[in-house]
Amino acid sequence: MYVTLRDRPAAREGRANAARRRVAGTVVLLGVVSMFTDISSESVNAVLPIYLTSFLGMSALSYGFLDGLYQGVSALVRILGGWLSDRTDHPKWIAFIGYFTSVVTRVLLIPAHTFAAISGVIAADRLGKGLRTAPRDALIASSSPPEDQGRAFGVHRALDTVGALLGPLLAFWILWVVPNDYRTVFVVSLAFAVIGVAILLLVVPDLRPRREGGTPRAAKVSLKLLLTPGLGRLVLATGLLGVLTVGDGFLYLELSARDSLATRYFPLLYIGTNAAYLVLAIPLGRFADRVGRARVFIGGHAALLAAYFFAGGPVAGAAASVACLLLLGTYYAATDGVLAAISGSLVEKSVRASGIATAQTAAALARFVSSLGFGLMWTELGRSQALLVVGVLLALAIPAAAGLVRGVDRAKSQV
Amino acid sequence: MRSLRARLVVLCVICVLLVGAAVGYLINARNNQQRARAAAPPVARTSLAGVLSVPHIVFRNTNPRTRYGMVAAVPLTDPSGPRALTDTECDRVYAAARKVLCLSSDAGVVTTYAAHVLTEQMATLQALPLTGVPSRARLSPDGTLAATTSFIAGDSYAGGSFSTRTVISQVGGSKVGDLEDFTLVHDGQRILPTDRNYWGVTFAPDDNTFFATVKFSGQTWLVRGNIAQHRVVTLHKDAECPSLSPDGKFVVYKQRGSLPVGQWRLVGYDVATGKVTPLAEKRTVDDQVEWLDSSRVIYGIPRGGAQAATDDVWEVPADGSGIPKLLIPDAWSPAVVR
Repeated sequence: MYVTLRDRPAAREGRANAARRRVAGTVVLLGVVSMFTDISSESVNAVLPIYLTSFLGMSALSYGFLDGLYQGVSALVRILGGWLSDRTDHPKWIAFIGYFTSVVTRVLLIPAHTFAAISGVIAADRLGKGLRTAPRDALIASSSPPEDQGRAFGVHRALDTVGALLGPLLAFWILWVVPNDYRTVFVVSLAFAVIGVAILLLVVPDLRPRREGGTPRAAKVSLKLLLTPGLGRLVLATGLLGVLTVGDGFLYLELSARDSLATRYFPLLYIGTNAAYLVLAIPLGRFADRVGRARVFIGGHAALLAAYFFAGGPVAGAAASVACLLLLGTYYAATDGVLAAISGSLVEKSVRASGIATAQTAAALARFVSSLGFGLMWTELGRSQALLVVGVLLALAIPAAAGLVRGVDRAKSQV
Repeated sequence: MRSLRARLVVLCVICVLLVGAAVGYLINARNNQQRARAAAPPVARTSLAGVLSVPHIVFRNTNPRTRYGMVAAVPLTDPSGPRALTDTECDRVYAAARKVLCLSSDAGVVTTYAAHVLTEQMATLQALPLTGVPSRARLSPDGTLAATTSFIAGDSYAGGSFSTRTVISQVGGSKVGDLEDFTLVHDGQRILPTDRNYWGVTFAPDDNTFFATVKFSGQTWLVRGNIAQHRVVTLHKDAECPSLSPDGKFVVYKQRGSLPVGQWRLVGYDVATGKVTPLAEKRTVDDQVEWLDSSRVIYGIPRGGAQAATDDVWEVPADGSGIPKLLIPDAWSPAVVR
């Protein structure tokens, strides 16, 4: 991967750049920023349950509560991040505020010892994550040519996932060097968070998508954005599929109930999914650029449906568990970055961050609704039946969503 | 700062400084740990054989400077005096009839959890299945049955989901059963709520009766179980982590009441009459208590603040009278062995 630090938005160079199939330096830099930030946050997340339950003497009940408390908050802040980014035409600085918030939470985590303090710190971290996502994705979109968007997001998500895999490794290596010294994990994680934010601050260019797009007027973002050809349909399809997306946690529990190996290696399930995501993010991004991003987005949900089958269908055992994880990774690789790529290219440059934020918020809110609804069905119907019902509904929703997003890729190519 | 070269130089300097600082901190932390270990132990120590030869309390040592998290024991007659320290690490420990049940976690890239039955000299007798973060451990009074509770947290983007797994095993034998497979009787009817979770088992001396917590539809219940019949019956609302008195007449458990999430009060429950009496401990307690004798219970309370990793074991009368008293400093997860 060639990194051009003397970066001009690749979009400007247009096809000449694309012909050389080189990923814009800004995309790689943002990927590296995300990688360091994820090393930081995932190293903390990996030790947090043990830190809280065995070290601070909190019950896992409190931890579950802590974890579930701030789900909706992040989604709403995301819209704000998108709006501020378009409004100021400085996505880099809005993203910076988001990343910097997370740095501050790493500092606050070191002296935090009470339930209230730790839940406050985690809430602030989620807020920062919500705020930075849309402006960062707008930067990725702005620095890549239209025909390469899928690949650009794939590169970013792959680097991001490298961080998510390295974080826990780092944390447990530290705890091996200094047993029980969680403070050292937090201090080292702070260092990585600062490196990430320093790269963003110092070398990521302050792109001005609106000004460079030739629309000097301040963008007006309103619900009218949803009338943009294709975006409304995309949001609808995303929401429809999102409410039928069962959280991986539920699938892992289902796997562990059926397969004793999955129970034994429960923490590995998450790593398996991430490894598949990492390997597939770039190929599927490129594939999306070639055959149509909407198609790959829908295809990702077909992979999700197949994952349900291996989690709750007639076949159980180690092979089914591995298949389920590979399919989950495929689902993430085919949907997460691809959704940003589609939504970013549908709207005008001046409202790109808001467009991306709208689609991502629809996905996040729908998934939140799904986790509540599925939790309820899980209680009322039992695990397998609940999964069967959601699976059947998803099988029906996929063709409907495919109809909704048909031709969305070609609806508008603004860049 | 306009030129890219200048900014790259600054970035490199920042990275070098930060990585250097992190590595320095890590090395310093390691040196501190080693120095603390090498320094004279701040806790007075005594021999294990001596403590085990008299009635004693087995617990998890939480003194941060010496063998943190390792199993320790003190004589019942001098609980705050010198302690015997072993080098066996447990997150949760229980002892009865010369046997020790130890739940441990081995933090690694893939954190693994284990439950072992040990001799009081810490020799392994048996490995039991444990599938998640250790929570509660109990042996029956004669040491023939073991119960373990662990958490299985579903880590996910949607988060918030968790469940417990509670398993009863025959010490030296095989698994008796996962409580979720027992028949649950509520208000005289057999029910099968799919969201049922069990935790915190306490055994009666007959090796058949036990008490535990079940949660379903958002409500916790005290249950009485019968191992031979594979059946549990709900007794009283809002009860977690029961502990049965040596005479089998009282249960002390955690009650949520109107307290916020993550806070509990200890209450006593008269098994014959169902009468509930709050204990004199006014602080929140997140522990399964142990009976010191027929009238007092003991439990761990974290110190909080900067010393959150250190717990102390306190005692309070089980009938609601008196005031809490510190029993063993720097200790957690106590078990009384006579």
